[in-house]
Amino acid sequence: VSGAARRHALTASLLARAGLWQQADARARRFARGRGEDAAEVAALADDYRLLAHDLARVRTLLPESRTREFLEAAYARTHATLHHGAWRAGDALLTLLRDDIPLVVRQLAPYIAWTTLLFVLAFAGGYALVHRYPELIALFASPDLIATVERGQLWTEGLLNIVPSSVLSVQILANNIVVSLFAYCAGFLFGLGTLYILGLNGLMLGAVLAFVSQHGLRTQLLTFIVAHGCVELSVMCLSAAAGPAVAEALIRPGPAGRRESFRNAALRSGKLLIVCALLLVGAGLIEGYISPNPRVSLGVRIAVGVGYWLLMLALLSGRLFGRPARRTAL
Amino acid sequence: MSSPLPGLQVESVTGIDVSLPVAGAGARSFAFLIDWHIRLLLALGWYVAAALIYNGRLSLAPSTSEDARWFAGVLAPALAIYLLYHWVLELAMRGSTPGKRTAGVRIVARDGSAASAGALLARNAFRIIDSLPALYCVGLVTAIVTREHVRIGDMAAGTLLVYEHAEARLPAAAQAAAPPQLDPAAAELVAELLERWPSLTVESRQRLAQQLLGRYAAHDADGGEASLHERLERLLRPLPGGAR
Repeated sequence: VSGAARRHALTASLLARAGLWQQADARARRFARGRGEDAAEVAALADDYRLLAHDLARVRTLLPESRTREFLEAAYARTHATLHHGAWRAGDALLTLLRDDIPLVVRQLAPYIAWTTLLFVLAFAGGYALVHRYPELIALFASPDLIATVERGQLWTEGLLNIVPSSVLSVQILANNIVVSLFAYCAGFLFGLGTLYILGLNGLMLGAVLAFVSQHGLRTQLLTFIVAHGCVELSVMCLSAAAGPAVAEALIRPGPAGRRESFRNAALRSGKLLIVCALLLVGAGLIEGYISPNPRVSLGVRIAVGVGYWLLMLALLSGRLFGRPARRTAL
Repeated sequence: MSSPLPGLQVESVTGIDVSLPVAGAGARSFAFLIDWHIRLLLALGWYVAAALIYNGRLSLAPSTSEDARWFAGVLAPALAIYLLYHWVLELAMRGSTPGKRTAGVRIVARDGSAASAGALLARNAFRIIDSLPALYCVGLVTAIVTREHVRIGDMAAGTLLVYEHAEARLPAAAQAAAPPQLDPAAAELVAELLERWPSLTVESRQRLAQQLLGRYAAHDADGGEASLHERLERLLRPLPGGAR
């Protein structure tokens, strides 16, 4: 038998199995959509996988640039993914992220969160002490308009709703906060120096402004304004700033996996935390637009909202909001 | 018929690697532009319809009063459609969107499996970096220069875009009950021409048919259009009494 005739016969016998390939592909598609539970069907899927692998290897040689190969490549890839990773269910994937992945990331990043929080607190205390001792230094941290308003005995937040409606204010605030958080995170990539700068500056400014308004008898009004949204907003700032240095460390000390792989792992891990931060900031933005500047909302309600939202944040970060047990016992 | 593309090779227990052709910057841009138009039109459509209903007259002016209904009914849904389009659809559609589906691409993890929810959301969080300084410059440049054509978000999330071939179909020649008299590669060509017959111009299909008949059939290649089609179909039929 000549080589060409042999090749022709092999190809023809291979193509005679086209019906089986189509059945295999249909089965893989069904399973990928989560529409197959029968054990016999699962066993058939495993057989399909072997069949497709065998026939694809031959088609790659006999018909390298053909639509038959294209079909088999797609069917094989689909069967491989379905067999190894199961069906995709968006709800389950999201639940896994919120219940299992996020708490794990928070635990892994706990040292970074502790350090960034400490940095923020120290900067805040430093800013407060500076302006408390040298009031003229407020010019370094606040705009002339803000200083003039406070010196008139008013907060810049008063009458805010007369200028901008709550809806617009909320959107402006939450968009700005999300951008700042992402920026704080990305700045951390610069070997953590960006985080140091952003958190340090924000802490200094907040401390300085608080000292300045205290000197003019406006501290209670400012805290009343901040309490509803500030607990979560400041916590989220520390959280997102903590994620950046974690990536930076992966770049500086990549470990055996290599710099690229370490960056990828660290960025994916911390990226998950950023998603939660963005969600929390949306809520904080709505509170800051609707509740914080509204003079009709009492202090008690503000405290309840602020503390309640902060506890909700803790429940979200620990996974308990989505049914994660408080403590896992070892088997 | 497509030429082999540079792609992701995933090892398999069978010893036959899974090959996933990686989508380039062109396919990415195409998908993004379609998605961008869809989300913009949907968000604008919602805003216009809801604002007209809210105002009760032919006006799209935003509410100047302190009214939560304006925010909840008009502004927030429009913004949500525009900003959460990728986040929600990629989760719901297993790493795809209408634009990606049109471009024939899909997001996968680096092991070829469907990307996790965390990875899909993380790659979207990084859009803010990819879009810097404007018009997705950072994302576009990294997609062009990196070997796997990934943007920063994909690098961070460990994902990449591959051609899906969701609609890859077996050619008619391969689906025939009996092997044709032609070499299978030639049969594919003939079958493909017959499939595309209605969409080709008369001159093109006559020229192509005559070329194929001249190459694979020892008949006279002259004749009317109908007979060319008939002769091509005859080529795909099994030989009378041909053994399987």
